[in-house]
Amino acid sequence: MKKRRKVREFKPYSMFYACLVYLFLYLPIFVVIAFSFNTSKINITFEGFTFEWYWKMFENRQLMQSFGNTVIVAAVSTVFSVIIGTLCALGLYKFEFKLKNLISSSLYIPIVIPELVFAIALLIFFTSIHVSMSMVTLIIAHVTFSMPFVVITVRARLAGFDKSIEEAARDLGANEFRTFMRVTLPMISPGVISGGMLALTMSLDDVVVSFFTAGPESTTLPLKILGMVRKGVSPDVNALSTLMIFGTIVILLTSTLIQGRLEKRM
Amino acid sequence: MNQASEKVIVRLTNVDKNFDSERVVKKLNLDIEEGEFLTLLGPSGCGKTTTLRMIAGFEYPTEGQIFLEGEDVDDKKPNERNVNTVFQNYALFPHMNVFDNIAFGLVEKKVKKEEIQRRVEEMIKLVQLDGMEKRMPSQMSGGQKQRVAIARALVNRPKVLLLDEPLGALDLKLRKQMQGELKHLQRQLGITFIYVTHDQEEALTMSDRIAIMNHGYLEQVGTPEEVYNHPKTKFVADFIGESNIIEGYIENMTDNSIEVTMESGKAVIAEKGYRLEEIIYLCVRPENLKLSTDPVKGFRFRGQVREHVFIGSINKTMIELPNGQMLKAETPAEDELIPVGTVVNVYWNPGKVVVMRTKEEQIYNVIEQSVEIEGMTNDQIF
Repeated sequence: MKKRRKVREFKPYSMFYACLVYLFLYLPIFVVIAFSFNTSKINITFEGFTFEWYWKMFENRQLMQSFGNTVIVAAVSTVFSVIIGTLCALGLYKFEFKLKNLISSSLYIPIVIPELVFAIALLIFFTSIHVSMSMVTLIIAHVTFSMPFVVITVRARLAGFDKSIEEAARDLGANEFRTFMRVTLPMISPGVISGGMLALTMSLDDVVVSFFTAGPESTTLPLKILGMVRKGVSPDVNALSTLMIFGTIVILLTSTLIQGRLEKRM
Repeated sequence: MNQASEKVIVRLTNVDKNFDSERVVKKLNLDIEEGEFLTLLGPSGCGKTTTLRMIAGFEYPTEGQIFLEGEDVDDKKPNERNVNTVFQNYALFPHMNVFDNIAFGLVEKKVKKEEIQRRVEEMIKLVQLDGMEKRMPSQMSGGQKQRVAIARALVNRPKVLLLDEPLGALDLKLRKQMQGELKHLQRQLGITFIYVTHDQEEALTMSDRIAIMNHGYLEQVGTPEEVYNHPKTKFVADFIGESNIIEGYIENMTDNSIEVTMESGKAVIAEKGYRLEEIIYLCVRPENLKLSTDPVKGFRFRGQVREHVFIGSINKTMIELPNGQMLKAETPAEDELIPVGTVVNVYWNPGKVVVMRTKEEQIYNVIEQSVEIEGMTNDQIF
């Protein structure tokens, strides 16, 4: 943050280029935020400033319900992804077994496979075992695609992990569980947290997989927005999007802060 | 020495360790006494670290037993053994400050808070880290980290402290200083130290006894003086200090001297108990190898002076024998040097030579002894 670069070093054209890049990235977002405060119902001209759409949004029960669904699905699936993913990464780090490479690289298939294919596969799987789509199938689906991200981040953290530190804990009288709680987990926690954050954001804005695996009662916010947009983008969608953007920024900042503090201690 | 006060605290009997198909430690038998400073010395890959790790409980012997205080520890995990380890790379907990690192073992043992406070502070004083309680490991130098690692182990008052090349990562000056401090600590606390190193000088200066290992075998155990002055094997003679090792053949024997014929000449040694025509190794330390331009009685052993190297207090002279073997001789720096190229008579004080049997002769002797024993039993039977 505190880079003491002299302004002189910034050539005018590189400054111009940087501005273009940021404009390209953030202009659409600013437009959405701006129009969420627009008195006009049409997203073409800005007529006046109002909070009306925000109130309207909160009064929309269906919208609020899908928001609640999203939060529940994201929270539960993140917790499961983090637990399963961390254990998986630890297992892959600690034990040597046959076909380890194959097993570890097959974990990343849900990431590289086209999302639509993956979603349809899940749908076919659930129907073939006669499970109807509900909140549970939705959560299971979210865990399957977000868990590999936790494995990746935790394994990255473990790559530089010195095994003798765990041995030292054992040597000083800690059993396996105490060693994990007092030494291993605190040391890999930055990886666990960033994996969890990834899982959370993946789950929060997922459309494709949710579209196929959500039950009628478990519509998530992105699905709801998609449905609303079909009839044209209304200002309350803008308001909702704005809130979601701020929500994401808050989550991102907190995780960066926590991680920074954890890394600094090491 | 009082025999009764010597108690065996660590005993290894017929310990074998295999990693996959590789035998890393072979038929190791070793008794370590209470309160001694024992060094496991050997080149890298000789099995010394594996031996230490088996005592700590990180590895288990494939065959054989390990006893701690007379108890077989085959089913004991590292956290159930009354030994502590100082790791080569310190292995401090990076997320804990100095105080918490040192207190770790006491917290696990559920020692009372006030006592933890007192004992950790005591340790911090002992290893001279006063005022650094709140420092994180990442903010410390190698020497300081090493002190934390030692304090973290010692605070638990272990019966045995295991040290795995603890000074390997330090620079020479700091290493010398820490050697002294470690030795002092060991004397002061009276704890048994088992110290692993590949540095023979470190082993000689610090240890009460040295166990020299090579290719998984224990070659010799003894005091520094014993292993230096009376190496039992060619490897030990070569590994501890510098040695000239010359192969010879016993030509003639009197009551207490042996005439040896070597590829490059003849010499005498003051030894007995060998067989005529036996092939032996002579081990002569460079400081015992003498050079003369005049013939020496009993010796007909000549070589050419090849090089002089001045190293502070001594001169090293390299002599080439007719068969191409190079010998090293050391003379005090103030002595006059024999010019390079001169052919000189090489000799030694016949009592300052260590004789070692070759492997073949060792086997021969074992067979001969067993034949004798069989003969005896036959006599007794009939």
